[in-house]
Amino acid sequence: MDMREVFVTTAEEVLADPRTTIVLADISAAAFAPAAARYPGRVVNVGIREQLMVGVAGGLALTGQRPIVHSYAPFLVERAYEQIKLDLDHQGVGAVLVSVGASYDRAAAGRTHLGPADVALIDTLRDWTVHVPGHPDEVPGLLRDLVCGRDSAYLRLSTQANARAYPEAGELRVVRDAGPGAPLLVAVGPLLDAALAAVADRPVTVAYTHRPRPFDTAGLRALAGIEVILVEPYLAGTSARVVGAALADRPHRLLALGVGRSDLRRYGTPEDHDRWHGLDAAGLRRSVDAFLTPARAAA
Amino acid sequence: MTTTTATDPALLGALLDRVRAGREFGANVYSTLDVLQVLYDRVLRITPETVDDPDRDRFLLSKGHAVAGYYALLAAKGFVPVAWLDDQGGPESRLGDHPDRLLVPGVEIGSGSLGHGLGLGVGTALGLRAQGRTDPRVYVLLGDAELDEGSNHEAIAYAGATGLGNLTAIVLDNRSASHGWPGGAASRFTVNGWTAETVDGRDHAALHTALTGHDHHRPHVVVAVVTDGE
Repeated sequence: MDMREVFVTTAEEVLADPRTTIVLADISAAAFAPAAARYPGRVVNVGIREQLMVGVAGGLALTGQRPIVHSYAPFLVERAYEQIKLDLDHQGVGAVLVSVGASYDRAAAGRTHLGPADVALIDTLRDWTVHVPGHPDEVPGLLRDLVCGRDSAYLRLSTQANARAYPEAGELRVVRDAGPGAPLLVAVGPLLDAALAAVADRPVTVAYTHRPRPFDTAGLRALAGIEVILVEPYLAGTSARVVGAALADRPHRLLALGVGRSDLRRYGTPEDHDRWHGLDAAGLRRSVDAFLTPARAAA
Repeated sequence: MTTTTATDPALLGALLDRVRAGREFGANVYSTLDVLQVLYDRVLRITPETVDDPDRDRFLLSKGHAVAGYYALLAAKGFVPVAWLDDQGGPESRLGDHPDRLLVPGVEIGSGSLGHGLGLGVGTALGLRAQGRTDPRVYVLLGDAELDEGSNHEAIAYAGATGLGNLTAIVLDNRSASHGWPGGAASRFTVNGWTAETVDGRDHAALHTALTGHDHHRPHVVVAVVTDGE
């Protein structure tokens, strides 16, 4: 099962709690049809109306329900951003937002269905938890925990995944240890495998997380030497401010890799976009090597 | 329990003057007062003691700028201390130019940006329904210009299609929408399956009848037309 299928299955489980309500805007409505039949009134499909989807989530939360809101990343986070800001945060209530599509899962669909800025936008808000699982098996535990809480969270699902799961990776988890003082590469979610391949023969420590917010700054400070490399599957630099603040009292250098800002106006596959954004193993290696090669003194 | 104590107009006027503190108020402040009085005197089952009761009626002020009369009424009904009305909008005040539910007892939503209340109201109505609470009703007060915001039409269509019978919208129609609503604001609701009444927004008896005399099987809208005094 891919992450979306695991999400639907797990969401059906958590619907056993009468507080849980799923709010949809047609996306995945067919997959949720059995759950809707079993729990009428707690699987709400508002049609193709994203402002209403988030507004409804806010109203549900005001009555004490725990809404799970789901759509494609750009429709969920970008289309109704003011509803997220006002109908959830400003009302002092929370919801669990679950997106599919990630940065370019639907590459052939073009710009309208790409969501590289989602995490950066959520990051303009306070106290949100952001989970970016790297494997379908990481999804059930994350969703169950989020639904138990009351605060707001964003769970970003993707068709891209690593070969194996790391279910407990909220805090930075060292996957490859190159020893004290080695450059630290932090890979977020599904980019771990490419990052590992990129530095396989380089003296670089690799740590993994599927929880970029709140970022494990204590773990970062414990692991970081001088050089820190961020590899994020969404907009490049999204976590740069967090890393910069965490290491403000120390000399350090930061390379923040991720999806570029430009609209490439190209289709193809997610793997093509990985390559075009320099996020495949070869591209990551080029960037890391350039970053770690001592710069020549200017003539 | 329905609150039936009429608010003394002289008291309300005095409290409003206290909020006003010599400033000029826009017409929307006065055009909303009658609807608010009828709601709080005769329709809403809310008291200062029941602001957290899950079975209370909900009143969502979506047109958050119509706040002066709202604050005055909340003070008259004992939801907030009268002293709060002084220095409204000041650095230490809990009463902004738009209401904040986290700062003001009895305020159900923080509003200001137009077009958010009806979606929140639909969600509230769905939440009450999911909890089996068939008694409380959700009332959302909007303005006719606020209907310009497309988010309202998402909510109107969905509430009508699903027969959300515990939801009432009140549109204060002071003819302020830049491009108007040819055929009347109510038609935007009725075409989607709502029941509707259009009444004189100054006529308390007519407002009360319009707010209470419907079947509760479908969402209901009351368009309160206020043309005098803008």
